[in-house]
Amino acid sequence: MAGTTTGAPTNVTQKHSKGGIGESTLRPDGTLKVTGEFAYSSDMWHDEMLWGQILRSTIAHAEIVSIDTSEALAMDGVHAVLTADDLPAAKNYGMEFQDTPVLAYGKVRHHGEPVALVAADHPETARRAAAKIRIEYRELPLITDEASATAPDAILVHENRDDHHAGHVPHPNIVHRQPIVRGNAEEAAKKADFIVRGEYTFGMQDQAFLGPESGLAVPAEDGGVDLYVATQWLHSDLKQIAPCLGLPEEKIRMTMSGVGGAFGGREDISMQILASLLALRTGKPVKMVYNRYESFFGHVHRHPAKLTYEHGATKDGKLTHLKCRIVLDGGAYASSTASVVGNAASLSVGPYVVEDVEIEAVGLYSNNPPCGAMRGFGAVQACFAYEAQMDKLAAKLDMDPVEFRQINAMSQGAVMPTGQVVDSPAPVAELLRRVKARPLPPEQQWATTEGSDVRALPGGLSNTTHGEGVVRGIGYAVGIKNVGFSEGFDDYSTARIRMEVINGEAVATVHTAMAEVGQGGVTIHAQIARTELGVQQVTIHPADTQVGSAGSTSAGRQTYMTGGAIKNSCELVREQVLEIGRRKFGSYHPAWATAELLLEGGKVVTDGGEVLATLTDVLEDEVVEIEEEWRHRPTQAFDLVTGQGNGHVQYAFAAHRAVVEVDTELGLVKVVELAVAQDVGKAVNPLSVIGQIQGGTVQGLGVAVMEEIIVDPKTAKVRNPSFTDYLLPTILDTPTIPVDYLELADPNAPYGVRGIGEAPTLSSTPAVLAAIRDATGLELNKTPVRPEHLTGT
Amino acid sequence: MRVNFTVNGRQQEADDVWEGESLLYVLRERMGLPGSKNACEQGECGSCTVRLNGVPVCSCLVAAGQAEGSEIVTVEGLADYAKQRRHEAASHPGGACGSVCGGTSLQEARMWQAKGTDSQTGEGTQLSPIQQAFIDAGAVQCGFCTPGLLVAADELLERNASPSDADIREALSGNLCRCTGYEKILDAVRLAAARQEETV
Repeated sequence: MAGTTTGAPTNVTQKHSKGGIGESTLRPDGTLKVTGEFAYSSDMWHDEMLWGQILRSTIAHAEIVSIDTSEALAMDGVHAVLTADDLPAAKNYGMEFQDTPVLAYGKVRHHGEPVALVAADHPETARRAAAKIRIEYRELPLITDEASATAPDAILVHENRDDHHAGHVPHPNIVHRQPIVRGNAEEAAKKADFIVRGEYTFGMQDQAFLGPESGLAVPAEDGGVDLYVATQWLHSDLKQIAPCLGLPEEKIRMTMSGVGGAFGGREDISMQILASLLALRTGKPVKMVYNRYESFFGHVHRHPAKLTYEHGATKDGKLTHLKCRIVLDGGAYASSTASVVGNAASLSVGPYVVEDVEIEAVGLYSNNPPCGAMRGFGAVQACFAYEAQMDKLAAKLDMDPVEFRQINAMSQGAVMPTGQVVDSPAPVAELLRRVKARPLPPEQQWATTEGSDVRALPGGLSNTTHGEGVVRGIGYAVGIKNVGFSEGFDDYSTARIRMEVINGEAVATVHTAMAEVGQGGVTIHAQIARTELGVQQVTIHPADTQVGSAGSTSAGRQTYMTGGAIKNSCELVREQVLEIGRRKFGSYHPAWATAELLLEGGKVVTDGGEVLATLTDVLEDEVVEIEEEWRHRPTQAFDLVTGQGNGHVQYAFAAHRAVVEVDTELGLVKVVELAVAQDVGKAVNPLSVIGQIQGGTVQGLGVAVMEEIIVDPKTAKVRNPSFTDYLLPTILDTPTIPVDYLELADPNAPYGVRGIGEAPTLSSTPAVLAAIRDATGLELNKTPVRPEHLTGT
Repeated sequence: MRVNFTVNGRQQEADDVWEGESLLYVLRERMGLPGSKNACEQGECGSCTVRLNGVPVCSCLVAAGQAEGSEIVTVEGLADYAKQRRHEAASHPGGACGSVCGGTSLQEARMWQAKGTDSQTGEGTQLSPIQQAFIDAGAVQCGFCTPGLLVAADELLERNASPSDADIREALSGNLCRCTGYEKILDAVRLAAARQEETV
């Protein structure tokens, strides 16, 4: 499973500091996490603490006629019951559009929307009090799909839109529409020897992070609030919380508490404003913890999508054109739907060269659950469709599916459908070659000398088969994902680095607002500081709003962005340290003035390796501290008519080969192996890299065979908000996942890094689907594949 | 009602417990032992797994009253439990609680700082072989599933010193992890088993 380096990073100064970049340094929070002492957001407590509870709508779309809270308020132990009438200031919040009510007023727009709030002295008291709040609803017609959203007499999900996309969308129930037109698809189609069309449906996936939405709000003496929560972006939360509490931002002090996974589901606000409101109203600390049922209503999901694709190819296997239309259901509130639309459109072609394209992506408003960010962000749905199309074309041409992809694979210098040139390595053909070249897992691994080990068969311990009727299939897929925030967003991160002598040793402190959501950012931050400053001891300061924004822990951007900010600030610290050294010792050795100096092993050394001074002698009692913002190169918004523009910062690529076994009688699937190859630019921490790639791969596997939030099409109610009914892959559902990573440096990125966390989620799903198709010969255009799709029942 | 039980070797007593309170709630909110996690509170994810009289259970599914008089081991007591097991070479539950009893107060949480080398040095913390193996193998990411997995994996290794991959998968099939893809968890259990073998 070792990584393979096939290219040297272009902008890395090689340094030798133990625990520096490129090493599998262990997590600094590992000990606390294995002893149960790590404080997650749901573990907080405070003397005299109250518990907050939300009452959520039981109906998807309705006018609120009346709310009666008197009975709840009269209960012993209840300290406050709040509705929208009690909100002190702004009633709405939102990341991109401020369209989401803190508490519903006027109407509810989706099942599970927060309507009222309770604070009580015991969580059970709070739940019982919430159940005593009486709400009278008058039901409204439902918007559940594109047809009902854009019907001539369609009721508007949001009556008075004033967002920046409102002026150009074809209908107010469309959040955003992004066309991309390049070349002439109509003309190019005439050159095609084969044309394939397909309609694909991608189900609604949930992030299903294990740590529920939770936190603690403590009222402060200055009338403000101290908030301890698990989030992906403290400063974005703060910007949205302050107007709703009617407080200046400096009166809201946010500290990151332990995050139990995120995957995009914590980009939007959950309980932050609600707990703060209760704390300010009662004057007491308020803890809120969603249970799993609530968690399914408490965050946005992955957009379900309908995708219509037409590709053409010539006899020799060259793609001629692409026409596609992608409809994403954004649900009741916008969240990041507009950005997801931009991503889906701009990445809809996949990692292939197709010069003539006609693309349209739209995001709908509906009364379905709100959808927003999730790992893969719009690229996942497109990858599912274009990869199915590649297999269909290869089959038409009677060509090997990997060879067909390789013929059309993009490489460095390729032009995206948006006109953007891919100006860093794009090893698409090579990644496919690597997963294909890997030896296949042995046939019938379940066969033992005594018979068969049912645990390795489809159906597993359910003991549904002993191998009769089990067939094997192999499938391939590859994907392209943008890294970082796109379309002209002013994306930056801030790092404060402090260097001083403590107990006779030079120590660096790294203070950023980066959300450690499990990805291992805290590990690599120390690695970067060690590498840049030549110290051994690095302290990672808790993330809070007392330092500038780090941006979001999403879009695979944190190692690039906050890693880049730390590198940059460390370089500035290094300059100051050297300046101090020159002042103190410059007259002793000419190299202080003439040589290029490095900090290494606690010393100032020349590039020739000569030691000039120790850091402790240079610093003595002086403290060097720098806080700086750091930006990547700017991007542009996509043109609203042609879709042209340099919209993305960087691209990431991963390929999968799936091997599955299918019990064709019962329609049960066992994934035997999911091999992956990915270009990571530079593996700052190989252990974390592999963990991210395997984790992303399994989230894609989940979509392929089990994960879906099921929304009743007649009522728009969620049918399976629990871990009993929303199925996640267990260790028994998960195969071995051999990882092969390349390190082809991106010359524009710090250390050459490339975002890692997202790409493996893309191609995993279509690879598994392709393998099931290979095993069964069925078309299978939907995720997840359920037994009835395989048995035709 | 009042509930008495032994947690990580220490006699505990909880007053004013509601009939509906789970063992998980009492451990987390009344005993100050938040190590057992509240991910689904429905017995589906295994994050709250503890040993109840030696048997791994989802503590969210056990009513606190049902635990009256029992011996409970949580992740907070796992290192001592494993140490005791090594010393006594016996598999009964219980054991002395060392310094790891007690949860994280808000004040402590505020003061928490990740030191760059914590995991490498252990900072003086005694860990059980499975705990150390989880750190070394990279099986901890967000870590929310970790306490439950550790308790389940430790019980597996107690029963079966050299489990096959299929045995490990079967034993841990009640514990969901959303971050790792499980490969590194398998690595960790294999590593702990191998290290145990070396020391025997």
